[in-house]
Amino acid sequence: MIRRIWTIMRKEFIEIWRDPRSLGFVLSMPVLMLMLYGYGISSDVKRVPLVVYDRDGTPAARELLRRFTSTEYFLVSAWVDSLRELRLAIDRGDARVGLMIPEDFSQNLGADRPATIQFVVDGSDSNTASIAIGNIASISKSTELAPRGLRPGIFIRPKTENPVPIELRTWVWYNPELKSTNFLVPGLTAVILMMLAALLTSLTVAREWERGTMESLIASPLRPHELMIGKILPYVVIGLVDVGLILLVGVFWFRVPLRGGLVLLTTSSMIFLLGSLGIGLFISAATRSVQVAFQLSLLTTMLPALLLSGFFYPIENMPMLLQAITYAIPARYFLVVIRGIFLKGVGLAVLWKELVFLSLFAALTLIASSAKFKKRLE
Amino acid sequence: MTPHPDPPPQRGEGIGNVVSNTGLAIEVNDLTKRFGRFLAVDRVSFQVRRGEVFGFLGPNGSGKSTTIRMLCGILIPTSGSGRVAGFDVARDPERVRENIGYMSQKFSLYEELTARENLDFFAGIYGLAESDSARRREEVLGLSGLTDYRNVLARELPGGLRQRLALASAILHRPSVLFLDEPTAGVDPISRRDFWELIRRMAAEGTAIFVTTHYMDEAEHCHSLAFIYQGRLIASGPPARLKGTLHGCLVEVEVPTDQLHAALGALRALPLAREVAMFGAALHTTLDSAEAIPALQETLRSRAIEARRVEAILPSLEDVFVSLVAQEAEQ
Repeated sequence: MIRRIWTIMRKEFIEIWRDPRSLGFVLSMPVLMLMLYGYGISSDVKRVPLVVYDRDGTPAARELLRRFTSTEYFLVSAWVDSLRELRLAIDRGDARVGLMIPEDFSQNLGADRPATIQFVVDGSDSNTASIAIGNIASISKSTELAPRGLRPGIFIRPKTENPVPIELRTWVWYNPELKSTNFLVPGLTAVILMMLAALLTSLTVAREWERGTMESLIASPLRPHELMIGKILPYVVIGLVDVGLILLVGVFWFRVPLRGGLVLLTTSSMIFLLGSLGIGLFISAATRSVQVAFQLSLLTTMLPALLLSGFFYPIENMPMLLQAITYAIPARYFLVVIRGIFLKGVGLAVLWKELVFLSLFAALTLIASSAKFKKRLE
Repeated sequence: MTPHPDPPPQRGEGIGNVVSNTGLAIEVNDLTKRFGRFLAVDRVSFQVRRGEVFGFLGPNGSGKSTTIRMLCGILIPTSGSGRVAGFDVARDPERVRENIGYMSQKFSLYEELTARENLDFFAGIYGLAESDSARRREEVLGLSGLTDYRNVLARELPGGLRQRLALASAILHRPSVLFLDEPTAGVDPISRRDFWELIRRMAAEGTAIFVTTHYMDEAEHCHSLAFIYQGRLIASGPPARLKGTLHGCLVEVEVPTDQLHAALGALRALPLAREVAMFGAALHTTLDSAEAIPALQETLRSRAIEARRVEAILPSLEDVFVSLVAQEAEQ
């Protein structure tokens, strides 16, 4: 039995090794995706183009503007002379935020009256808009402005007669800089593992059907479970190599903190990997065509892992029906686990529920696909 | 290719392979496979002795592959029984698989593996002992003339060599029964001849060989034949005896090419001539007996058709098959 499993494994490795395209795909995809998501889809909103309509034109107004442009969050993209032009700049997409400084700005400031400035924010990209508004608020509130008599543009009017002054101080834990790569990199591990494992296993079995080699295997004394184990193990190894790659790039390039233990990280990655491999085997038991296997695995693993796992979009914001569906998606649980290990450094005591679910899921898919596989052969 | 099959060895002699207690390598009784409402194989029975080359002939879709798959333990029969190498195909498919070699239609090999790696793979799958496997690999490489190609990727081997590599993978574990499904499809004539040479040698050593083919000339290489048509066995026996079963007398008529169609029409109108068919530049027709030949010549003369040659000939297997299928279709 060990001999047969080993024979299958060795063959799989030779096949992977001799197929430079798939080998390149397997090794470069995690790094490529990390770069793509780490840089391209970073949700940190920086260097937002700003269009300025300065009706005041005094040094005080320029000082105010400097406060915004000296941060890396805003970049002046245009100066305009009318509200119409400001609107046009935003319509065209030349700017996402417009700043209008009224003509009585410096007068009011000098007279110690509230000086108001107006921001116009392009809300068509709600995510960028809300982050930009947050940045505007925090810059306006910054202490340096107070001695100069500037008031923040956003007021909270207390409703009680005797207002108790409340100062809001936020203390962000775990990811104090709110760096989105810290959040994305662990999440990517889930997406990559899920996709890669399901895709590669379903392809390798479908290929045996397409080339007719499966028939030779069925006519041999090889047992179905030996074939399955022999097919799965090489991809467990590759999956773990990919986890290693993601870790290296994530920790050393993107400086994502790894606070938890490596052993727990590896073990839980393996459990998750087995579940994805099970999905891949299940797909390959359902089809004999490489192309169908390819499409099915992308559809059943990549899309849910990307969209319904909480990787991009917070689950709490989804409609109830979608929220209910996410409970059946293993990536959802793995995301909790891996973000917990990476960012919070928590251990089994906190994550055991998720790990139990992932183990159950892995066992279920492996048993189901094994049964389906056997039936298919008979 | 002049067919001269060696006589099959008598039961009991030869090397100590696994044999059933009846001495038969394959024993099939009323084997039936039904897919839904479609009857793919209908109560087929036959026997194959050790050292015998058994040819299984029939058009595509006649049930050849389904039968072979049932005998290899890939498909479970709907009813009937089959014993291969002494084991029941339905009750003991795993023991059957250990004792047979199977070469599927497409010479299924791992394209990205070399000849040697393919053989090592199958040695591992069949559980050959580590020490034995290297020796046995060299043996089959030599046997199939692949020694110089051992490090060539399977996908780079030409058709004839691929076929021999597929055969080598199938015999690595010294099976007592070998199943070959269309083993010479798409292979050049010289490779086909070499291949049959190899098959006959293995049979002489005691291996039972079950081979499907639709090349009628290859069927002459077999010790015994069975014709399958629409899932049913319509005839079986040694080639010579099958040719004898053709009722009547096969006559070849040679006429000038420009008169071929006129002659065809004349013979078809003749009541004593059955089954008239064009065979190259000549016509084949079956008469009730050789005594009817003068009447046939008279008919052609009366129509001013110049019969250059009219003679009784020995039927080929193709003639036998055409006639059997025609009879079957009539019923």
